[in-house]
Amino acid sequence: MKNLPLLFCGIFFALAFSFTGLILTSHIQIGSLTQTTETLEATDDLDENGMPVMVMAEGEPLYPAMPVGLAQQGKEIYISMGCIYCHSQQVRRNEFGADIERGWGPRQTVARDYILQERVLLGTMRTGPDLAHLGGRYAGDAGRDWNHLHLYNPQIVSKGSTMPPFAFLYDVRQIAGKPSEEALTFPPDSEYAPETGYEVVPTRRAKALVEYLLSLKINYSLPEAPILE
Amino acid sequence: MSADQKQGPYSSTSEAVRLELSQIDASIRSAALFFVISAIAWLLIGTVFALLVAVKAHQPNFASTFEFLTFGRVRSAHLNAMALGWASNIIFAVGLWIMARLCRAPINHKGILFIAGVFWNIGLTVGIFGILRGDITSVEWLEIPKYATPLLAISYALIGVWGVMAFRFRKGDHVYVSQWYILAALFWFPWLYVVAQVMIIWFPARGVVQSVTNWWFAHNVLGLWFTPMALATAYYLIPKVLGRPIYSYYLSVLGFWALAIFYNWAGIHHLIGGPIPVWLISAGIVASVMMVIPVVVVGINHHMSVVGLYKEVWRSPTLRFVVFGAISYTLVSLIGSAMALRTVSEITHFTHFTVGHAHHGVYAFFTMIMFGGVYYMMPRLLKREWPSSFLIKLHFWACALGITIMIVALQVGGWIQGLEMNNAEIPFLEVVQNTIPWLKARSVSGLFLTVGHIAFAANFFWMLFAAGTVLAKQGPTLLGSNEGGTAQ
Repeated sequence: MKNLPLLFCGIFFALAFSFTGLILTSHIQIGSLTQTTETLEATDDLDENGMPVMVMAEGEPLYPAMPVGLAQQGKEIYISMGCIYCHSQQVRRNEFGADIERGWGPRQTVARDYILQERVLLGTMRTGPDLAHLGGRYAGDAGRDWNHLHLYNPQIVSKGSTMPPFAFLYDVRQIAGKPSEEALTFPPDSEYAPETGYEVVPTRRAKALVEYLLSLKINYSLPEAPILE
Repeated sequence: MSADQKQGPYSSTSEAVRLELSQIDASIRSAALFFVISAIAWLLIGTVFALLVAVKAHQPNFASTFEFLTFGRVRSAHLNAMALGWASNIIFAVGLWIMARLCRAPINHKGILFIAGVFWNIGLTVGIFGILRGDITSVEWLEIPKYATPLLAISYALIGVWGVMAFRFRKGDHVYVSQWYILAALFWFPWLYVVAQVMIIWFPARGVVQSVTNWWFAHNVLGLWFTPMALATAYYLIPKVLGRPIYSYYLSVLGFWALAIFYNWAGIHHLIGGPIPVWLISAGIVASVMMVIPVVVVGINHHMSVVGLYKEVWRSPTLRFVVFGAISYTLVSLIGSAMALRTVSEITHFTHFTVGHAHHGVYAFFTMIMFGGVYYMMPRLLKREWPSSFLIKLHFWACALGITIMIVALQVGGWIQGLEMNNAEIPFLEVVQNTIPWLKARSVSGLFLTVGHIAFAANFFWMLFAAGTVLAKQGPTLLGSNEGGTAQ
């Protein structure tokens, strides 16, 4: 090959082509999605296809919901521990894989579900289960307790798991006077329970991480992805 | 083109050309040596990380009390040590050296190249420490924290520019296929890296546009950075060692342009079934399948260039590694195209199959070819021979067996894992348990690779420091009988 301007143009345009096609185009198509209500209402106006123009229902809450305080801090812990390398956060549609059958979410996730996340953690590995709807599967105080025990040592509640323990996010300390209200409650005869007179208390990081995990919920419909009963 | 081919890189029988090449080698010696030493150091560090994560994958309590050794961080330290430490340093060494030789342009102001190399490795060291202490970004292939990446980008610019400069001041009319690949890769990599950093880390795009950018980048690190450099090395070394031209000029043109056009669309296949527009995924699948064209074309071209000379290939340390890598390129790419089909991806996505596939590409293909490149380059840079053919053979067999065991274990285990994961009647914990034997096999394969890497490093440093005994050695180090032949 001797025609060097042609060589250089080819090298340039080859990548420019995919950059435009994949990155810029998807940015134009889905890069400015906004929150919306669970369903849309038809108006009297018609669009160019003769279909009624759909608008958000007035007074209805907007989804996806804004993330809140402690959960946001917990996401930083999730990122810094590299949880994404074993846990995805995306639910595939029914009939493609068994995500919905396994209870990993009531519906498939769509682009709009992720618009408020400053860092999107879709993940590409499922050494462990998908977590997009973890907070829906383990909710409330029971869910909180389960997650703390599971993080402290997964074997306590999930025997045979290959997830590493995150015991360094917990303090094992001597009970001084009254036991802490936050101390983990171990199942009876658990070999992972602390010695008598000691208790296991979550650090601030553990509490934030668990709040983040509990906040992962696909419990709302979107116009393009309704939860079907 | 046949007239041009006669003036190609493999016809250096004349004294004058050899003298010129020797002067070019001298001009890049210190910088190339620095890059090779750095690469080997990172290879060994990355191997330690790899062994740790391999064991942790089936013994979760192993070294779990230390926060900085938690799985997600060590795994990412391994990936970055290998991709930016081993792979990129060895590219800077072998790629720039081949570029300088083919352009017949000595490297001037090599001090700047050397200093840029030092800063690249400082940036990377800071980055790896950052990952281990918890500043990891959790963006795949871009784990290095924000405070280290600008240094990496600037050092890269100062290194990459030498390849472009060599090209700018080249002598002679003909531009060989290796030069296209190297020039293109030197240009593509910074573009990919800067766009990905800006759109994901510095000014994050909204929602899953980040994920699209992420996989456009991550797949192209392999496709537009490692792959062209390894192919350029194979295209340079096969004719050099065998002393006959590459089979077809036209096939090399076709292979190059087909790769340039299709590969960079393919990365979206990592998001099949994910929450992005379906047309993007379809485009990624089409491009992945179209990759069959450049792969088969390059495969035919390489195969026809070595056909009939298998004994020479087997005797040459360089070609034994390069041909192993070239065969792996064909295999891994065809498997990759198949994995991009929706029905296959439904099974292999999210499983260890993909991990096996990644090592098939980066190790069995890229790394093996680069080992071959080092075996060819070092005697020419140092003007001395490899001290031990036993260590080369040990290196080859340990790595060839090790990587084969790893790929088979992860892909068979991963396939089973995928089938079971898609069957909701099998409890998830059972799926996890069933991967453990395969993950243990992966740890065994890691021991093989470790032996290979130590043999390689030992031979290299023996050659570098034990000058006396090595200098006395006559003739090239070959595997098997040493008579006749000049192959290396």
